[in-house]
Formats: sequence, structure tokens, C-alpha cells
Amino acid sequence: MSLGFLIQQPFAQHALLAAALVAVSCGLIGPFVVTRGMAFAVHGTAELAFTGAAAGLLVANNPVLGALAGALVVAGLIALLGARQRERDSAIGVILAFGLGIGVLLLGFYHGFATAATNILFGNIFGVSGDQLIVLLVIGLLVVAVMGTWYRPLLFASVDPDAAEARGVPVRRLGLLFLVVLALTVTGAAQVVGTLLVLSLAITPAAAAQRLSASPLTVAGLSIVFAVVAADGGLLASFQSNVKASVFITSVSFAIYVAARLTGPLLRDHRRLRHQGCPARQEATQPRTAPEPSGTPSQ
Amino acid sequence: MNGSGGAAIALRRATMRFGHHVVWENLDLDVAPGQCLAILGPNGAGKSTLLKVLLGLLPLSGGTIAVDARPPGHGSAEAGYVAQQRVFDPDLPVRGRDLVQFGIDGQRRGLPRTRARQVDPVIQAVGAQAYADVWIGLLSGGQQQRLRIAQALAGRPRLLLCDEPLLSLDPAAQEEIVAVIDRHRREHGTTVVYVTHEITPIADVVDQVLYVAAGRWAAGSPETVLTTERLSALYGTHIDVLRVHHHVVIVGGDSAGGATHHPHDHGPAGHVRDRHDGHAGHLPEGDQP
Repeated sequence: MSLGFLIQQPFAQHALLAAALVAVSCGLIGPFVVTRGMAFAVHGTAELAFTGAAAGLLVANNPVLGALAGALVVAGLIALLGARQRERDSAIGVILAFGLGIGVLLLGFYHGFATAATNILFGNIFGVSGDQLIVLLVIGLLVVAVMGTWYRPLLFASVDPDAAEARGVPVRRLGLLFLVVLALTVTGAAQVVGTLLVLSLAITPAAAAQRLSASPLTVAGLSIVFAVVAADGGLLASFQSNVKASVFITSVSFAIYVAARLTGPLLRDHRRLRHQGCPARQEATQPRTAPEPSGTPSQ
Repeated sequence: MNGSGGAAIALRRATMRFGHHVVWENLDLDVAPGQCLAILGPNGAGKSTLLKVLLGLLPLSGGTIAVDARPPGHGSAEAGYVAQQRVFDPDLPVRGRDLVQFGIDGQRRGLPRTRARQVDPVIQAVGAQAYADVWIGLLSGGQQQRLRIAQALAGRPRLLLCDEPLLSLDPAAQEEIVAVIDRHRREHGTTVVYVTHEITPIADVVDQVLYVAAGRWAAGSPETVLTTERLSALYGTHIDVLRVHHHVVIVGGDSAGGATHHPHDHGPAGHVRDRHDGHAGHLPEGDQP
């Protein structure tokens, strides 16, 4: 079958559209995930979307709604258990381990198709039905609307919470809102790449983008473009093979990241040359404070 | 409020309690517009708490507060805020220019936009134009602090609140930052409040000192407050205040009082650190926390 013929088919069009929708939300929230140090929260939410999906499969034969419920419950628990990053990470680890155990138990009760489990874990983009596509569309629109509305104060709160609070930004409430947005996005992404590989769309494109630009809006734009290229590019590549689309999606995403890592330092050196006016880093930290980890510009 | 007309900051019998713990009580203070106030005291004495009250983020447990003859607004746009330097990740996709823009519209909804017409003059005012367009995490602590001052000034505040703005900067950078803030104060009549451990770097610019310790306080000019008698009375134990050239050194009497009374602190005042060997000289080595 030729590629041209394939992309005429409704199932392929559904898949491409679903992947693009998911990629836009992922690319949009990615820079915040990286800035707020929430990679592990994404992973934890995704893993427990698996438990939710298993429950949904068992109870209502609807893994997407189950995953959504699971992700939202986890977002609530994370918010409840840990506000600060270090606290949060251990809380997530605790919830994740227990939740996954329950997921395995639930799958044990499920006597449907054996592939259902692997589909949740590694994605089944071609299984996206019309109904699920509508769910993904609603999720995507919701994420874009919320992020479009709160982008600036959320960025302020993520970069410099103390100053943001002093300016009247509702830092805590925005943190909660972001957790909900994260849960929605992760649920969508889990349908495309699977719960285990969500990070390839929610983190990798943003991590690549921020090597290339220091401007928040440029990074957001690049992150969205990278995510869409990875998702739909990977999908197109998978049309002509028997390998799961998520393999290609994660590969394209990783390739973009490697390319950004390699070109990033060149860009930085170039900028530094243009800004020769700035004196070299010279502050010596006082003995009482820990040495600065963020140090050297050449990194 | 009697007699506080025209004051930039007026506190009357201001009291702060957390549960049964009294942080400070019956605090009376007037700061005239354009004056520079330093809030000093050991860790946990409620210095930053007072700053939050001034920002309108925390209500008083008792008494009254007026900023420009009004109650401090919640996250009031009239107050600029500079926090202590924090370590930014070198990859953080934010430029100094974005930080400064946050000072103008960071709390408003929508997508971030930087308007050169608004931020460039402020960036120039703190001398940061050479490095306002690169990753903020690549800059030195002093450079980052200049940009955060620019952020605080961008909203044209009448009151500038600085919470340990010099922490983890070396003496040269501290001097620069103090100079930048003080030039702005003199040119624009901005009232400046420093919360600090260490009076020495700002000793030349401070008009008034508020010293809080152990639930008590003392206010007045640096010469009248930073004396052996006043601080000894405040701590309830003997404190020596020494002036060596430009350094004001506050030494907590016998080591038992200083070390056991404030176990988390480097002595009562916390600014006894010697710049050269970097530790408090007043405690026997074995007693250092």
C-alpha cells in the first residue's frame, strides 16, 4: 500500500488528527513541565492513567474515560501531598508504586483482548474511534484555552514564585490549575504513545526547544512544532511497517533533541560573542552557602 | 492615625502572632517618603514576615499598618519587591528582558509579550542592557540581581522592598547593587526597605534601623539602635557592638547565651561573619552550630 493511498483512509486521518491534537497540547505545556521541574509528575500521572484505563476497561470498556479519571485523581493527590518539588517527587513515587500495583491487579480481572494492556502502555493510535477523537479534541481545546488565558502569570509563577506572589499572582492556585491541565494532556498523549512513553511528547520537544532559544514564546512555538513533527512524522513513518507508531514517534522526538543539544552550544557562543559587554561571571559565593550548581556558562 | 500624616510606612501597635507564638508585638514605626529603612535581626525573628505585611500578603494579628496612608493592597502594584538571589537553571528559557517585563504585567492574563519601549529604559537604568537578551541562568549573581531590581522598579513603585537582596553576592557585587538601588532612591524619592542579616554593606545609605529579636524590637537611627546597651536589652543578654572602619560587628556576649538561645543562627545578629575567613569569630570553635 502506498502512503498516498493510506492517508486517504479514515483510520489514518483519524490517527494523524489525534496525534496532532495531542502534540499541540504537549508542546504547549512542555516548557512549563521543564521549568517547574515536573518531569516526574508527568511520568507519575501517566503511569496512573494506566491504572485508570485498566479500571475503565474493566468497568465500562472505555479506557480513555478511565485514564482521564485516573490522571485527575493523581493530580489531586499530588497537589494534596506535596507542594514543593522535593516533597512532591517522593509523594509521586509513593502514589505511583501503589497505583501501578492496583493497575496490574485490575488487568488480572480483565478477560478481554490481551492486547488491551499493551495498547494502554505503548499506545494504539490506530484504534482511536470517532468518539475518542472527540474526547481528544475537547481535551486539546480545553488545554489551549486554559494555557492561552493564564500563560503569562503561570510563567511568572514558574520562573520566580516569590516575586510573582508579591505582585499578586495566585501562585498556589495556578499550580493546581497546571496539575489539572497536565492530567488532561497526559491522558490524551497516553492514547497516542502510551502511558510509558508520554514523556517523549511532553518533555523532549520542550527540552530541545529551550536549548535553542531563551525567549519564552519562541521556545513555546518550537516546542509545539517539534512535538507535532515527532507525532505525525513518526505516525507517517509507521504506516509502512508493522512496528508500533510510538517507536517512531519517540525516535523522531529523540533525534530532534540530540540535534538541539548539538547545535545549542553553538548558538549560545554566538550570542555571547554578540554580547561581549557582559563581564565574566565573577561572584564568589560566601562559604556558608552551597556552591552554585548552575554555574559555568560553557555548560 | 495620629501623627503619621505623610509617612510612607506607618505601623501602630502592630502585632504578629502565629498561634500562641508572638513574632513581634506593639511595633510602632514611621518611615518618611524617600527614606531607607533596614530591618535587622536573627533568623526567625519575623523580618520577612513584616515584609509580607508591607506587601499586603499577610494581615496583622493586631494593630494597624498604613503604606502611603492606605492599607497595603493585596500584592499591591505600588510596592516593588526584590527577593534574594536564586539559582536559575542555565537552560531556563527566560531572558532578563522577560523578568523585567513581568514587573509591569506579569500578573495579567494572556500571552507574554516584551515591549522594548517599556523595559529598555529600566534595563538601562540598572546598567543591564549588555546581557538582557541571553538565558538568565547564564548570568552572574550580581547581573541577575540587577535585572530583578529592574523588575521591581519597572512598575514605578513608591516603595521598594528588598528581602536579603545581597545574600550570596560577593562584596564588590553587593556594593554595586546597593549603589543601583540608592541612586534610584535619590532620583525618584522611592522609599526603600532592606531586610538583611548584614548592615555593613548598606550602612552608608540607611536612615533608620528596625531591629527585631526574641519578640522585642528597637527602632531609630543606626547610631542609637546599634549600641551595646540597646541590643543587650533587646536580647536580654550581653551583646557587644563593635565598629571597625566601615564594619559594624555585633558579637553575642558569652557563647552560652548566643548559641543556645538561637540554635539556628550564627550568633544573635547573624552578621558577625568575618568577610575574610567566613565564620563567626565570637564562638569557641566547638560551639559552632
